[in-house]
Amino acid sequence: MLLELDQVHKIFGGLHAVKAVQLRVEAGEIFGLIGPNGAGKTTIFNVVTGVYRPDQGRVLFDGKDISGWSPAQIASAGIGRTFQNIRLFRSMTAEQNVMVAGRRLHSAGLLATILRTASQAECERALRRRAHELLEALGLRSHANDMAGSLPYGSQRRLEIARALMLSPKLLLLDEPAAGMNSQEARELEAQIRWLRDELKVTVVLVEHNMSVVMSVCERIHVVDHGETIADGPPSAIKTHPKVLAAYLGQEEPDES
Amino acid sequence: MSDAGPGLAAPPPPIPPLPDPPARPRWGLRALVALGMIGGLALLRLGLEAVLIEYAQRIMMLAGINVILAVSLNLINGTTGQFSIGHAGFMAIGAYAAAFLGTHLAPAAAALFGSGMLADAVTFNLALVFGALLAGLSGLCVGLPSLRLRGDYLAIVTLGFGEIIRISFNNAQFLGAATGYFGDSPAGLPAYTNLFWVLLWVVIVIIVTWNITFSQTGRSLAAIREDEIAAEAMATPTTRLKVLAFSFSAAGAGIAGGLFAHMQAGIRPEDFKFDKSIDMIVMIIVGGLGSVSGAAFGGVFVAVSLELMRDLHEYRLVLYALLLIVIMLVRPEGILGTRELPSIVRGLWQRAGARGASSGGAER
Amino acid sequence: MSEFLQQVVNGLSLGSIYALIALGYTMVYGILKLINFAHGEVFMVGAYAGYYSAGWLGVNGYEASGAGFPLLLALVVLCFAMGSVALLGVTIEALAYRPVRSAPRLTPLITAIGVSLFLQNAAMLVFSPNPRRYPAILSEVRFEVGGVILTNIKLAIFGVAMVLMLGLYLLVHRTWTGRAMRALSMNADAARLMGIDVNATIRATFAIGSALAAAGGILFGLDQITINPLMGVLTGLKAFVAAVLGGIGNIPGALIGGLLIGLAEQLTAGYLSPDYRDAITFVILILMLLVKPEGLLGIVRQEKV
Repeated sequence: MLLELDQVHKIFGGLHAVKAVQLRVEAGEIFGLIGPNGAGKTTIFNVVTGVYRPDQGRVLFDGKDISGWSPAQIASAGIGRTFQNIRLFRSMTAEQNVMVAGRRLHSAGLLATILRTASQAECERALRRRAHELLEALGLRSHANDMAGSLPYGSQRRLEIARALMLSPKLLLLDEPAAGMNSQEARELEAQIRWLRDELKVTVVLVEHNMSVVMSVCERIHVVDHGETIADGPPSAIKTHPKVLAAYLGQEEPDES
Repeated sequence: MSDAGPGLAAPPPPIPPLPDPPARPRWGLRALVALGMIGGLALLRLGLEAVLIEYAQRIMMLAGINVILAVSLNLINGTTGQFSIGHAGFMAIGAYAAAFLGTHLAPAAAALFGSGMLADAVTFNLALVFGALLAGLSGLCVGLPSLRLRGDYLAIVTLGFGEIIRISFNNAQFLGAATGYFGDSPAGLPAYTNLFWVLLWVVIVIIVTWNITFSQTGRSLAAIREDEIAAEAMATPTTRLKVLAFSFSAAGAGIAGGLFAHMQAGIRPEDFKFDKSIDMIVMIIVGGLGSVSGAAFGGVFVAVSLELMRDLHEYRLVLYALLLIVIMLVRPEGILGTRELPSIVRGLWQRAGARGASSGGAER
Repeated sequence: MSEFLQQVVNGLSLGSIYALIALGYTMVYGILKLINFAHGEVFMVGAYAGYYSAGWLGVNGYEASGAGFPLLLALVVLCFAMGSVALLGVTIEALAYRPVRSAPRLTPLITAIGVSLFLQNAAMLVFSPNPRRYPAILSEVRFEVGGVILTNIKLAIFGVAMVLMLGLYLLVHRTWTGRAMRALSMNADAARLMGIDVNATIRATFAIGSALAAAGGILFGLDQITINPLMGVLTGLKAFVAAVLGGIGNIPGALIGGLLIGLAEQLTAGYLSPDYRDAITFVILILMLLVKPEGLLGIVRQEKV
């Protein structure tokens, strides 16, 4: 078990955004987190990545209790993420964007940096090499020296993934990666997600509204509504789950028969 | 047709290979270059002193001090995007610390090295480094608690600290309070500062800042400026780096302060008012926030233009203020923007080459 | 005890002036998220506007003859100063702030600093850097209550400040303009979509804030007797700290912050040392920002990730 949320609560003033959420992600899974708008999905991501501290409950990752850890510590521990509203370093090049995330891989000390020692030069080379490998893998190598802010939308989303992969994460959280994509792009995204898991051995957790992507690529799906878990299971079960349908379509729950 | 993911569409077009790995730095060669440069600067100083009148020399030294101030401030304001507007306080700390230590070290140095250039050099540089260390430490003390504040608030806190530092010096009797600190001798502080030392320290500060800026550390600082939350999510230790940048920039201001102190007979808290902090900001804004070359340019610009406007004495500051407003309205990114001199020169060179080439290639 | 009360009285009247100025800072920040560095200078110009208009109305003649300056004329002076400075505020906004409204936050900050510098130095050129004695728009009348010396000026400061702030409260809560201001400060985009004329509302905010600062300037002149072109620098800064203390963007907070800073300054000067009266404000500022940056009445804003 790679990631577990154990009875996690998050409250903002009067809003109980996440209520007793209990979920588990196994290593090697492609896991989906869905729910209507405002259900708390991104808040859950933010709790996992340390942006918010859980008010109650624990977050366990790779055998460690990471509740309350800082985002930088959690990233170093092996959790990478992308953001719902793309957060690239806009006036830096694509290559620089990816290299920034490389601290965990190679890091030169301050003195070495100031003196431009051989080890620091080696460090830079290694970072650049790895960054280019990742850019290539995501089809962005030709944009390496372009400003991140000037890239087309789809490329920006892929760059965010490349950047997160630079952390060599065990777990990758993708926040609405299919937003704004047409169906062809969405199919490519599905292939990329499978490739991430199959080739790079990264466990993927996906928050997504595009149901065809979710149903096609996720092996297990966790549904939340108003901060609470309402279902958890394989796509086949979720598709027909009465509570899920009610949450999305706003109907009254059918009687249990 | 989008650049598809792995194994889906045609393979991407061939891309030029990565540049050759840089040559490994050889320390023997570096030492030689350093010595050569020091020698060159010494010759340069003698040459300038022979050619320029004292007034012009003084302007040059002030310009050099400004460059140190601007390049240092740029590290935290420009590269890291954390706005500090009280940096005059750190300059003051450097100035007073250097003056104080210099005054007290001089007799010991004279005893060890006799009274001559060597003693002076040792005393002066020890004093400067001491000033820088103290200023850097103050930067740490100011930065550590303040750097979790959002932009405007940080600016105000740094302003407040700058004022507190000035008021403290104003009330510090052992440092002369409002009248100023003139060292021990009746002639005032020894005039250690000359073109050689100024130029040498300018070179040192620029090299250190350049090396930090163009490295993983510098990239991380820029990432903090661009999007701190995303930077954190990419394992960047934001607090540690912000404090580091802040301390370094404070230390740089400290060096400038020490150099400034030993150009005058004495220093007073008046010399380090908020106006001085504004000067520093104008330097980096004019040159281009985030550019090391731009900061250097801005430093020279401010020193020179303030002197040129000296005749218009009363109108000087009004014009200065108008300049600031106009730049913000018309070209807020400053003269160089975030670009650096080498890349600009390269660009001009390429364009000149392209125009001359018969094939007329427009590729940059 | 009476010593203490004396300091409190002085502190409250000083604080009322700070509060008047702080309101301008807080209102502008609430809507534009801009620290209007030039606001201290607006306060200064207000004091001078009072100085000159009183002169034109012959205040010196009244003073020389021993008769007091007529209350009616005093009100005219106040209105003139408030009106002309409101115009100044609106002009500054139109020329220097509006063009850079959409720029990254740094740019308007620098512009504001530039405007502040410009006004200070232009004032030194136009009004001469020498301090001037403030005309007796109100002739001082002292009386003693329980060992504490009160003057009609101190009472007037407190009174005028309270009246103006009451007026502001009514404006913000009972008029359309006020409602627009509050809406803008909470969510600019939504306000725009609801048909609020953003530019007009911003202009009104600057006008009102500047007018209040002008009133503060006149009261300051009456209290401190001398004015000079650089009087806005330190006082403006302290008023800004007051706004931050109360919770920047929060109008009642500006009042409370102003009074607290005034009290702190007066008590420090009286019981610690007059040398530290200026420093105490900065110490409060720093403590505030380290402990509770959103201010006494402010609310913590969570950034959406």
